[in-house]
Amino acid sequence: MCLSIPSRVTKIDKTTNTATVDTMGVSREASLDLMQEGSVKVGDYVLIHVGFIMNKIDKEDALLSLEAFDEILGRMDDDELQQSIIDSDKCFQ
Amino acid sequence: MSRELELKELYFGFRNPQTIKAYAKLIEEESKKLTRDVNIMEVCGGHTHTIMKYGLNQILPKNVKFIHGPGCPVCVMPKERIDHAYILAGQKDVILITLGDMIKVPGSHGSLQDARAKGADVRFVYSPADTLKIALQNPDKTVVFFAIGFETTTPMTAALIEQVIKNDIKNLLFHINHVTVPEPMRVLLDDETNKIDAFIGPAHVSVISGSKIYDEFAQKYKKPLVVSGFEPVDVIKSLYMILKQFNEKRCEVEVEYSRSVTKEGNTEAQKLNEKFFERREHFRWRGIGDISKSALKLRDEYSWLDVEAVYKDILPDQKIDDHKLCICGDILKGKANPKDCKVFGKACKPQTPLGSCMVSSEGACAAYYKYGNLL
Ligand code: SF4
Ligand code: SF4
Repeated sequence: MCLSIPSRVTKIDKTTNTATVDTMGVSREASLDLMQEGSVKVGDYVLIHVGFIMNKIDKEDALLSLEAFDEILGRMDDDELQQSIIDSDKCFQ
Repeated sequence: MSRELELKELYFGFRNPQTIKAYAKLIEEESKKLTRDVNIMEVCGGHTHTIMKYGLNQILPKNVKFIHGPGCPVCVMPKERIDHAYILAGQKDVILITLGDMIKVPGSHGSLQDARAKGADVRFVYSPADTLKIALQNPDKTVVFFAIGFETTTPMTAALIEQVIKNDIKNLLFHINHVTVPEPMRVLLDDETNKIDAFIGPAHVSVISGSKIYDEFAQKYKKPLVVSGFEPVDVIKSLYMILKQFNEKRCEVEVEYSRSVTKEGNTEAQKLNEKFFERREHFRWRGIGDISKSALKLRDEYSWLDVEAVYKDILPDQKIDDHKLCICGDILKGKANPKDCKVFGKACKPQTPLGSCMVSSEGACAAYYKYGNLL
């Protein structure tokens, strides 16, 4: 029940202290009551939990992780990569 | 910043099967350097769910094991608290509201779902904020919010209380069952027969509380701890980070989920918690028992909002134990696996749960039931 979904802020309503967010194509409203005033901006990525924005997602940090994954993948040789694609077809349907 | 991050990368980048495989390979290399078997407890049921869903436990080397921990607020809610909800729901002119899977957990009279079948007004909301609307729409009823959750969900309840006071709402009361993560971890470690060598720390609990709440586990108990996100790549990478700590003889709190977790956490949310809640002397955890200072209650100055004070006369406080065949307790402590339970998948299934670990989708038994056929 603490699973929460990354979303992108598309609009901020200061009177109700809520944000409209895009969660992979679905538009939803979320409360800003747990965030410092003015800390969330349109275009920010945020984590939503039970209708509240509970924190921002640090874009730069996420990009660094993704780059590190690419680098690790680059270190696998072609055979391994091939095998992992075959394996993943089996496990992740 | 070198380039723009796309929203979908936040999903798929952390679920890429090839990346999982690549980390599995790195883990295998690290595992060869280990001098003994290691058991790694994922505290939080969200991680249990990910591990089972993506079959991460199947790609580990033999000397590295996951053990599942106490981290699901639905699973650890003792029967007597559910009975409170059941009794409250049965009162005239009461609407009882809760979140998540709570509605299915069996108490000693039945679950909230059963109460509803008998005519009680039990509702389930997506967000605590919806409770406010229900209270406004039903001015002649008493609305009770049965609040559950770890550090993750506590500030949402606090934000709701703030709204109740601000808008002068008179017919909304609270049954507070918020529990905290470090206290049960300490209890597990203080038990000398525990098998825990390291922890995967909760994701969203840590978003709120910050990674600082785990310092004692590395410093005093000498257990490496890595705060991990909930995606499969997060979990497998965290595992790799833990093995590296072993092999480099380090013992630290590290944060894999650094895109969302800081050392200090969400201080705005913490302030709100501080304003309304204080620690209970004791709270009984299902299967684990009494743990001191492990749960919250409303501060005295807000006792007029506390249904446990307002309805004191009808809410019993004796302890009620679980079904005697249910070994949820040992599962929550990491001492048993759902498959060790005699009634797993037979008398106890998600549709007919005997224990709470079979109810919540993050409960270990439910996760094994749902994904077990992959084993
Ligand atoms: S409810 Fe939250 S803390 Fe509990 S298992 Fe799920 S994610 Fe973890
Ligand atoms: S299978 Fe059911 S009875 Fe057995 S431990 Fe899990 S919840 Fe309890």
